[in-house]
Amino acid sequence: MREILEQLEEKRREAHLGGGQRRIDAQHAKGKLTARERLDVLLDEGSFEEYDMYKAHRCADFGMQDQQIAGDGVVTGWGTINGRPAYVFSQDFTVFGGSLSETHAEKICKVMDLAMQNGVPLIGLNDSGGARIQEGVASLGGYAEVFWRNVQASGVIPQISVIMGPCAGGAVYSPAMTDFIFMVKDTSYMFVTGPDVVKTVTNEIVSAEELGGASTHTKKSSVADAAFENDVEALLEVRRMYDFLPLSNREQPPVQASVDALDRTEMSLDTLVPDNPNKPYDMHEVILKVADEGTLFEIQQEFAGNILCGFIRMNGSTVGVVANQPMVLAGCLDIDSAKKAGRFVRFCDAFNIPILTLVDVPGFLPGTAQEYGGIIKNGAKLLFAYAEATVPKVTVITRKAYGGAYDVMASKHIRADVNYAWPTAEIAVMGAKGATEILYRSELNDPEKIAQRTQDYEDRFANPFVAAQRGFIDEVIMPHSTRRRVARSFELLKTKQVAGPFKKHGNIPL
Amino acid sequence: MFNKILVANRGEIACRVFKTAKRMGIATVAVYSEADRNALHVEMADEAVFIGPPAAAESYLVIDKIIDACRQTGAQAVHPGYGFLSERAEFAERLAAEGIAFIGPPTGAIEAMGDKITSKKIAAEAGVSTVPGVMGLIDDADHAVRIATEISYPVMIKASAGGGGKGMRIAWNDDEAREGFERSKSEAASSFGDDRIFIEKFVTEPRHIEIQVLADSMGECIYLGERECSIQRRNQKVIEEAPSPFLDEATREAMGKQAVALAKAVDYASAGTVEFIVDKDRKFYFLEMNTRLQVEHPVTELITGVDLVEHMIRVAAGEPLSLKQSDISLNGWAVESRLYAEDPYRNFLPSIGRLTRYRPPDEGTDSDGNIVRNDTGVFEGGEISMYYDPMIAKLCTWAPDRAAAIGKMADALDQFEVEGIGHNVPFLAAVMDHDRFRTGNITTAFIAEEYPDGFRGVEADNELSARFAAVAAVLDDIECTLRAKAHGYRFSDGKNPAGKTVRIDRTNRRAIIAEEENGRLVTIGDRQPVHVTTDWQPGATLAQLVVDKRMLAFKVDTAPGGYRLRHRGIDLVVQVLSDRVAELADLMPDKPPPDTSNMLLCPMPGLVVALQVEEGAQVEEGQSLAIVEAMKMENVLRAERPAKVSKIQVEVGDSLAVDDVIMEFET
Repeated sequence: MREILEQLEEKRREAHLGGGQRRIDAQHAKGKLTARERLDVLLDEGSFEEYDMYKAHRCADFGMQDQQIAGDGVVTGWGTINGRPAYVFSQDFTVFGGSLSETHAEKICKVMDLAMQNGVPLIGLNDSGGARIQEGVASLGGYAEVFWRNVQASGVIPQISVIMGPCAGGAVYSPAMTDFIFMVKDTSYMFVTGPDVVKTVTNEIVSAEELGGASTHTKKSSVADAAFENDVEALLEVRRMYDFLPLSNREQPPVQASVDALDRTEMSLDTLVPDNPNKPYDMHEVILKVADEGTLFEIQQEFAGNILCGFIRMNGSTVGVVANQPMVLAGCLDIDSAKKAGRFVRFCDAFNIPILTLVDVPGFLPGTAQEYGGIIKNGAKLLFAYAEATVPKVTVITRKAYGGAYDVMASKHIRADVNYAWPTAEIAVMGAKGATEILYRSELNDPEKIAQRTQDYEDRFANPFVAAQRGFIDEVIMPHSTRRRVARSFELLKTKQVAGPFKKHGNIPL
Repeated sequence: MFNKILVANRGEIACRVFKTAKRMGIATVAVYSEADRNALHVEMADEAVFIGPPAAAESYLVIDKIIDACRQTGAQAVHPGYGFLSERAEFAERLAAEGIAFIGPPTGAIEAMGDKITSKKIAAEAGVSTVPGVMGLIDDADHAVRIATEISYPVMIKASAGGGGKGMRIAWNDDEAREGFERSKSEAASSFGDDRIFIEKFVTEPRHIEIQVLADSMGECIYLGERECSIQRRNQKVIEEAPSPFLDEATREAMGKQAVALAKAVDYASAGTVEFIVDKDRKFYFLEMNTRLQVEHPVTELITGVDLVEHMIRVAAGEPLSLKQSDISLNGWAVESRLYAEDPYRNFLPSIGRLTRYRPPDEGTDSDGNIVRNDTGVFEGGEISMYYDPMIAKLCTWAPDRAAAIGKMADALDQFEVEGIGHNVPFLAAVMDHDRFRTGNITTAFIAEEYPDGFRGVEADNELSARFAAVAAVLDDIECTLRAKAHGYRFSDGKNPAGKTVRIDRTNRRAIIAEEENGRLVTIGDRQPVHVTTDWQPGATLAQLVVDKRMLAFKVDTAPGGYRLRHRGIDLVVQVLSDRVAELADLMPDKPPPDTSNMLLCPMPGLVVALQVEEGAQVEEGQSLAIVEAMKMENVLRAERPAKVSKIQVEVGDSLAVDDVIMEFET
């Protein structure tokens, strides 16, 4: 008996070595952790339970029959993150470069199926050279099996991808279909075609880092949601984000014990909005002063800074916050910001996360670049997302809410539940200057008259009361009481129920 | 006594005067500019009068507007504070003509002490010890050299009309004297329209020590001990204390008597300050007399128990001084730190903007009898504007002895939360912990000598690192205990691990925490366990802890894997990790921060309004490269040395954050 037990230990030891000490050292030399080390960081200590540790490939071509390594380049199983379960897979670059074989894919599919069935999120740690070329089409089939499951799982369980090494070619489409992608600076990259192919086809000379590094994807392409300095920091931050997410769409978001007072007033918010309507201020301050414990997990911080998206807690429960940021492009909506926020709103709606919208929007960004880029359909993504969202929606207008952008930003008309405005709010078709120039075109050459007209328009519309008279605004609130107002609203809306019309799915303008 | 007074000033000093006026039952009037609409001094006053645009020259400095404000409100007297109109004889005269009392000295005294040459002459006549030197007309450079030789080197050459360090030069030999004279003369002519120069002995290892006097209009005058203001940065006082750690009783008395003699010589009435320079042999020389309330007056108030503002008001109302010299005794020790909105890590560059957080330490007397006093004119959510002095607050502490007062100040600075702008709290904290400051062996060159390359923050020694580690371990433990209550899953028996690893700057220390009846026993590495109690809760930005019976305060922010803690001028990210994670963190590469020496970084948040070079351009030292507009001010960014522009990373119209790369250079 003892001998048999020892055999198990021996087999485990062997499997844990993956591609061997030499390759482990090489991985470390690159500043990267191994697949199992990463899981040690991601999961609570001692909580990881591995499945399919001994699974090996079935390929007999190109000499592969002589190379059998237990696990076949991916470590799969489950563990806990701050006590809550998560299914995981972690590709092992030390084994065949982490390449994806048919069996490698089967292992991933097994945890995906379990995750779906049990309503537990899936976190994938990607570090793979790509398809197992020796296996040919079997490998491609494996990818597609994963893709199909990603799509099935979308909106059912949260799926998180962490890119911790190469992720190239078709392999990128699995992370692409998950909810969040995080990257590690300097050691990860993602692209559909690599620098060599790019050079052959287009003559462009570009490094892997420039083509698909963390900076590219967090600042330019918006493929990634955040980038971190190293493996450990990235995984610690994933743990931090995980605490905000419900395990599945069948659950309410988690509630964290907190001692932050619900009626905490923030007198300084009363002086946040500057007297000059063209002067910016930092919307982060509102978010941080309203949120429990001043904590925000921001998504896509480095992309489309004119809109802020992230997770906060109110009364301990997760809330998604979407906010115009006057510091960047005056907080206007454009293609990038509409796409960024639209996707975030849909994530929140899919997973029962209420949405707080903070509005200071002067309108849509004008220009040929925007029109040629399709601001019409891209802007519609955010409108569509807000309008279809049935989770509790609370909106606070801090300053400008002009034109169509007012409608888009979770207005009453598209079924926000509670709409507040600060006394500094201006809800109008456009700014006073623009409005008078259209309304009184004939008087344009009389600056005195125009100034008077502008003043009249301002007096009439540069306040929240016109909208409040119509019930578009439920209440004009003191900025300092925003936290209490918003927290109480979400508390009340916990029992919100709406039934939409039957449909297979809507047709969001993609 | 007056029924109503107006303060022709703003900020903390206006608030300070209002406090005393209120206590005396006198109604108060504030004046305010456009930029001060929401200022604290406006809120504090019973009435407030708007006096115009933000620029002081169009508001606080306009005598007519102040007089109008008095007429409008019926204010019977004006306190000028410091700065602005406080030392303008014309202002006092105009008020007198209107029948409004000036809460300050008579016009004659202001005039007499306003000019460096005249004041020195009067001082000498009154028997006040003055620096050997020649004032008045100096014919030419040769004459200057002759004088310098007579006095003996080193000598200081400066503009008669100049204040602060402007137009001031030190010469160690004939050549330097000649050159210094020529340059000071032309600079004085262009800066002040007055090219009179004087030459005097340059005092080595000087200390700045000043005597507070208080006089009434009946000719009574007393002195209230001294203040030492040697901790200065570019002639700007930063830290003051009273008494001076350097003076003996005999010197104090001699200085006090001379100060009183000078005050009497000019028929002084009100509070005033006679500044001396004191050399290493305790020889003291008259510097100048400030005919107003000084910024640093609170330290004197703390050691004498005298409310200087009250006495100023009473004297202005014609009352005789109620204090005699024998009533004045110096009790204990007081220290003042000036909190400025300037970033110590960026060569003290002014940092203006919104105070997103402003939480001063609690004022009053603590259980040990030590006192914290904070004079301020700002509030959380207020603005530090570009138009005025960037002072945030004057934080003062009092204790029975110097070491305790300094210790109390270090604690108070740890508790002082200021966010949203750069500020000098870390620097002040560093000075409080500086051995040379603690021993009192200071001169006016202290900052220049101890921080020759500017301030780079404070490095934590082993002792302090362990303290940071223990605090972080406790905060983490509190957070883990609270969070564990949350979810309903059971995958393990939930026993906390026996210990964790605290990681600071790639150094791991093992931390073991044992719950005790009241508090926690924390063992860091193989050190003696420390006992820690705290009522800190997650989310609080200030942690007050009792560590082995000592009250300590840390500023707390979250950071990946742990906390960013600030304490004693030290700013550290302290991670609290499982042992395994800490071990793996050791495998992570040490990424040095990118080399920015070949980049032009944006020094403040702002908008790019112009790019004045193109990629590939060869630029010379001092050439302007870009203009960044911040708070309506255009800041020209110049080349620090000749270089070739290799890459421009921004476009006109971009809004930049601090340290955003504007352009790169080739070496």
